[in-house]
Amino acid sequence: MRHHLILRVVSKMLIPFIMLFGLYVQFHGDFGPGGGFQAGVIFAAAFILYALVFGDDQARKVVPDKALILLVPLGLLIYALTGFAGILLGGKFLDYDVLSSDPTHGQHLGILVIELGVGITVAAVMISIFRAYAGRTKAIDKEDW
Amino acid sequence: MNFILPHLPVLQVAIPLIAAPVCVLFTFGGHRKLAWLFTLAISWVCFLIAVALLSRVLLDTDISYAIGNWPPPFGIEYRVDPINAFVLLIISGISAIALPFARLSVEKEIETDRHILFYTSYLLCLTGLLGVTITGDAFNIFVFLEISSLSTYVLIATGVRQNRRALTAAYNYLILGTIGATFFVIGIGLLYMVTGTLNIGDLAERLQPLSDNRVVHAAFAFIVIGMGLKLALFPMHVWLPNAYTYAPSLVTVFLAATSTKVSVYVLLRFLFTAFGPSYDFVTLTFEFVLLPLAIVAMFAGSLTAIFQTNAKRLFAYSSVAQLGYMMLGVSLSNIPGLMATILHIFNHALMKGALFMALGCVMYRLGTVSLGSMKGLSRSMPWTMGALILGGLSLIGVPGTVGFISKWHLILGTLEAGYWPIAILIVGSSLLAVIYIWKIVEVAYLEKGINREEIVKEAPISMLAPLWVLVILNFYFGIDADLTTWVARNVAETFLGAGA
Repeated sequence: MRHHLILRVVSKMLIPFIMLFGLYVQFHGDFGPGGGFQAGVIFAAAFILYALVFGDDQARKVVPDKALILLVPLGLLIYALTGFAGILLGGKFLDYDVLSSDPTHGQHLGILVIELGVGITVAAVMISIFRAYAGRTKAIDKEDW
Repeated sequence: MNFILPHLPVLQVAIPLIAAPVCVLFTFGGHRKLAWLFTLAISWVCFLIAVALLSRVLLDTDISYAIGNWPPPFGIEYRVDPINAFVLLIISGISAIALPFARLSVEKEIETDRHILFYTSYLLCLTGLLGVTITGDAFNIFVFLEISSLSTYVLIATGVRQNRRALTAAYNYLILGTIGATFFVIGIGLLYMVTGTLNIGDLAERLQPLSDNRVVHAAFAFIVIGMGLKLALFPMHVWLPNAYTYAPSLVTVFLAATSTKVSVYVLLRFLFTAFGPSYDFVTLTFEFVLLPLAIVAMFAGSLTAIFQTNAKRLFAYSSVAQLGYMMLGVSLSNIPGLMATILHIFNHALMKGALFMALGCVMYRLGTVSLGSMKGLSRSMPWTMGALILGGLSLIGVPGTVGFISKWHLILGTLEAGYWPIAILIVGSSLLAVIYIWKIVEVAYLEKGINREEIVKEAPISMLAPLWVLVILNFYFGIDADLTTWVARNVAETFLGAGA
């Protein structure tokens, strides 16, 4: 895409804002519409756009495959460990009340951490799915189309 | 210990759930053996938890666990009673027995760089199946059903190294499984629309005055069809033979022994707990839908099995027939019939576990399980073939094996319902099982061995030991069926008592 100057400039400008919006949806999810899943998808969209415009190889330098393999389970681990924290602190599994001295604050904290876990996993999975298709060896050469 | 005990219901699911992401981390450094050992350890922990739960519900009362401390019916409730504790025991028990067998089998059948992710998917599948069984929340059943199904599609597709048809088999199952799950969730959505609740116990109460409601009828139909697809009830079984045939041996053992059983359990849960045989539309379904389909399944499955040339496929079709027996027991909706279903859930897991494990041993040595390649194999693999034949006897229902126990109760059930011709049909379809088991005997014992390039040795001990444990269990619970019949009677009486 080297010759698509406008596309490159515009997407370079857009990508930080897409990420920022992703973070907004992530952390505003408990007050307004949004949450971990939506935020994860938006956040991943920024990386996918980057890969589309600047190429898959370039994108792999930003987020290596190894990082993805770490990030996908990391989100689930955060989720599950929050659940176990509830048990260890004397409540039930996924009981947010006991996470803080004030139950309301505990609920707030709990859902924030859980959604963070969801967001990380969803973003990493979205990028992985994109990469699974984009990274496949080309069956047909560019000249042969 | 006292600190952990009240949390056992959730730990049953949460431990394999957290184990799955931990297992992925073994990719850093490529500790394949460690991943296997880890999965094995987790399986045994799950099994011990299931034993503890079952003994508690049998000796004491049902256990209710409120996730996140939201009291039911508002929050998600994990509810353990004898029936699902029994199914939990089957799932985790089969997994615990199958995993020692797994290492060499997986080593041989799956590409090396995929082993760790394979075990991760396996743990997720275990999580899903245990979750479906333990939860008392209808929507939560759907969520766990999807976890188990999605990981199952992946697990089946890993059979690609043996045969590329594993990919289409997994894809077919993906399409049909998704349709099944969608129907199921539509049914739950409709029920939620009319009752405003997702808790199954609460649902049962609120459905009582609504027995004439059309929406409830539609929901019932969607749930029965959706689960029928997942459990491979006769005309909806087309995904099953290929999925079982082309999946890696460990996956076939695990799926054949657990996954369809879990769907049978969910169907039982909805038919008897949420709806109940006191509703006209439920009894009509039993009589005019499930009963004929079950009988057709018994014969169609067995007849197709006779003409198969691949041993795995043969037993896959036999599974369709066996699921017919289970549904027949359900449709009779009397105590012995229902007992037969519950016994057969357990017994069939033992038989098919043993049979597919024996075929896994053959696969390990020969790389194929076609009947043609098994000629004269009893001489080079006597222990494997012996186990296969003993498992086959159990499948036929020879007295002294578990198969006899379930068929005995099934026949009692048909007689009690006054359907004596069906009792004859059960015996008839068992004779068909004799034919396809005989085919294997003939090939393995009576035919002359074929010239092979290298000498085939007996399977290694780490594969034979779990296989023979299952074979011995087939006979143990066939001779001393007190425990299983006690649980089955207990459950059948609860189910029918609640409806009456």
